[in-house]
Amino acid sequence: MTDIWAGLEAAFWLIITLDGDLVEITARSLQVSLSALVIASCLALPFGTWLAIRRFRYRRTAIAVLNALMGLPPVVVGLIVYLMLSRSGPFGVFGLLFTPTAMIIAQVIIITPLIASITHQAMRELWAEYHDLLISLNTSKRQRIATLIWDGRRALLTAALAGFGRAIGEVGAIMIVGGNIDHATRVLTTAIALETGKGDFALALGLGFVLIALALAVNIVIHSLSRTEQEGRW
Amino acid sequence: MVSMILSLQAAVVKRRGKSILGPVDLDLTEAQFTIVLGPNGSGKTTLLRVLHGVERLSRGALTLPRSQTDARQKQAYVFQSPIMLRRSVRANLAYPLKLLGRPKHEIEPLVQHWARRIGLEGALERHAPRLSGGEKQKLALARALIREPEVLFLDEPCANLDGRSTREIEALLSEAHTQGTRIIMTTHDMGQARRLAREVVFLLGGRVHEQGPSAAFFDAPKTAAAVAFLNGEIVE
Repeated sequence: MTDIWAGLEAAFWLIITLDGDLVEITARSLQVSLSALVIASCLALPFGTWLAIRRFRYRRTAIAVLNALMGLPPVVVGLIVYLMLSRSGPFGVFGLLFTPTAMIIAQVIIITPLIASITHQAMRELWAEYHDLLISLNTSKRQRIATLIWDGRRALLTAALAGFGRAIGEVGAIMIVGGNIDHATRVLTTAIALETGKGDFALALGLGFVLIALALAVNIVIHSLSRTEQEGRW
Repeated sequence: MVSMILSLQAAVVKRRGKSILGPVDLDLTEAQFTIVLGPNGSGKTTLLRVLHGVERLSRGALTLPRSQTDARQKQAYVFQSPIMLRRSVRANLAYPLKLLGRPKHEIEPLVQHWARRIGLEGALERHAPRLSGGEKQKLALARALIREPEVLFLDEPCANLDGRSTREIEALLSEAHTQGTRIIMTTHDMGQARRLAREVVFLLGGRVHEQGPSAAFFDAPKTAAAVAFLNGEIVE
């Protein structure tokens, strides 16, 4: 209990004094996770919607694989990305290992199946509702996908936020590919792991509270910007 | 000379091996208001969906005066349960025009015009799925008519609507027909069929049992099943 109070106190002072290190790693956490979220959303939202409206031979298998990929172990993803980006790997020439870009790549791989799967679930229901109308209006596949994405944007926002939640709290993969290098690739989660390892539980907890507050703040900001709880919708 | 707009030849629709329509041979010519009658399960909705091309034939052929894609561009369909886009009334009316690539300055006056026609000019910003049943059906009809279709399919558009909404919808349909839209509609309402129909197609067991001018069908039906149906008896 003492540790928790000490953690709250540490978080309070870190925020009040705008601690330089805290600001830097918080900004990096946001940069990495939001970049991964934008890239993953660009891939997963159209893909999940396409999967909802398209009938093809191995569709069920594709959906099963997608759902299974939601549970990808981040450490394994980190390891694979590490091997791909290491000097001897196929993409070693780009020199991306231990950079924020490597961390973004790992997070994109982790959260894309999650966003795509939730998107698919939401779009499947909307497609069942719209199917006859959109076929009747002679819409192209592109128009159908655009219509579903637009009209299902609130459900898609939830999918994106689920992806952000997973990305911002992820530690295993980014620790491996980022290396937790001070002033280079250190983010909130890897800093928490480091401080816990050093036995500085108060600081680790303080950073933890900052992380929770950050995740809540991003959710609230996105919800208010997109007016998901607008009055009169139901 | 009366030109043919839609024609079915030996059309059969099967689901899970069971025939639900056909074989049907049917020619629909221009300038008619056709009402498709028949008991539940006789294939009325399936016939409409086949003619519009949203249901595939298991056998037989659908002949159109132009390619299927072009033909469907000139057609519109109003479903029994109106499908509302999860958007405002304005966006629902504008949607088919945007699909056709019409410029904004053309869309807005048409949206205003049709909103006035269906009495929703004061509700353009309302969320369409929250409208009443009658308002939804009128909006669905306006959204179909805003494209100025050559052929309009309606699947029991007045089912579960009160008298006032039914009258408003019938007025819109009569006007559309007067202006040259070919209408093909199913209904269970005999009064409505008598008021609107110029031609009747009577379906029974998935087959066309009778087809002809409405006056002839209602005054002197040719088959015993049609007589029984018009007398309100249960026919299967």
